[in-house]
Amino acid sequence: MEKRGNKPDEVLDCRKLSCPVPVLKTKHAISKLEIGGILEVICTDPGSVKDIPAWAKQSGQELLEIVHEDSHYEFFIKKIK
Amino acid sequence: MSVTEQEKKYIEEIVEAKFKELMSGRKRRMAIIASKGTLDMAYPPLILATTAAAMDIECSIFFTFYGLDIINKNKNKNLQVPSLANPAMPVPMPNIIGALPGMTAMATMMMKSWMAKVNVPSITDLLNIAVETGVKMIGCQMTMDVMGTKKEDLIDGIEVAGAAAYLEYAAEADITLFV
Repeated sequence: MEKRGNKPDEVLDCRKLSCPVPVLKTKHAISKLEIGGILEVICTDPGSVKDIPAWAKQSGQELLEIVHEDSHYEFFIKKIK
Repeated sequence: MSVTEQEKKYIEEIVEAKFKELMSGRKRRMAIIASKGTLDMAYPPLILATTAAAMDIECSIFFTFYGLDIINKNKNKNLQVPSLANPAMPVPMPNIIGALPGMTAMATMMMKSWMAKVNVPSITDLLNIAVETGVKMIGCQMTMDVMGTKKEDLIDGIEVAGAAAYLEYAAEADITLFV
């Protein structure tokens, strides 16, 4: 998938971490961002492909993009509230 | 007194608007009962509770019977995986072998090493996160009396209460789970 060129304000590396740690760390990182800020989360846990979007939907944040790389996934999340 | 269609519609609209207003100000809620004291059964309530907290869902865990060991600071670092009567063991083990002395310790050691390999957080880590993120944790008073557990034996941040306190919380919950 071609990147849409979202520029993250913060990058969170969750490589090699398993459920539920990426979601917990994402929540923590988002809480430190300004509204409108973009967080990039890098995960290797295959479950995160479903978990991060579910978390974003439930907590009212906007998931801009999921990039599937060979070795990992990248999630771009915009802080809405 | 009869109600016209128009009045009926009007009442329905008001009720619906009021309902939406009440629901919007309310946080969703989950109530979990943790009743097992083995390592494998300590994970689900803690993983779900900490994830719920991250998803803005208010959460409480009621630790009862063997589940109380999860919040007992003298015991929660030594929770075990049962080797007996567990057909789902990754290394299949006949019960007659699972019953031998030392097999529970071995099964526990194997499980812990597999978990460490994929970076699963420890029970202690999850408990710390739960306390930090405001998961309400309740120890069962009756179990404490039965097992002779004192409040000082439990980790910090635990409330002690009974069935009625859990039910009062659970009655307002959107999700209730028994583990």
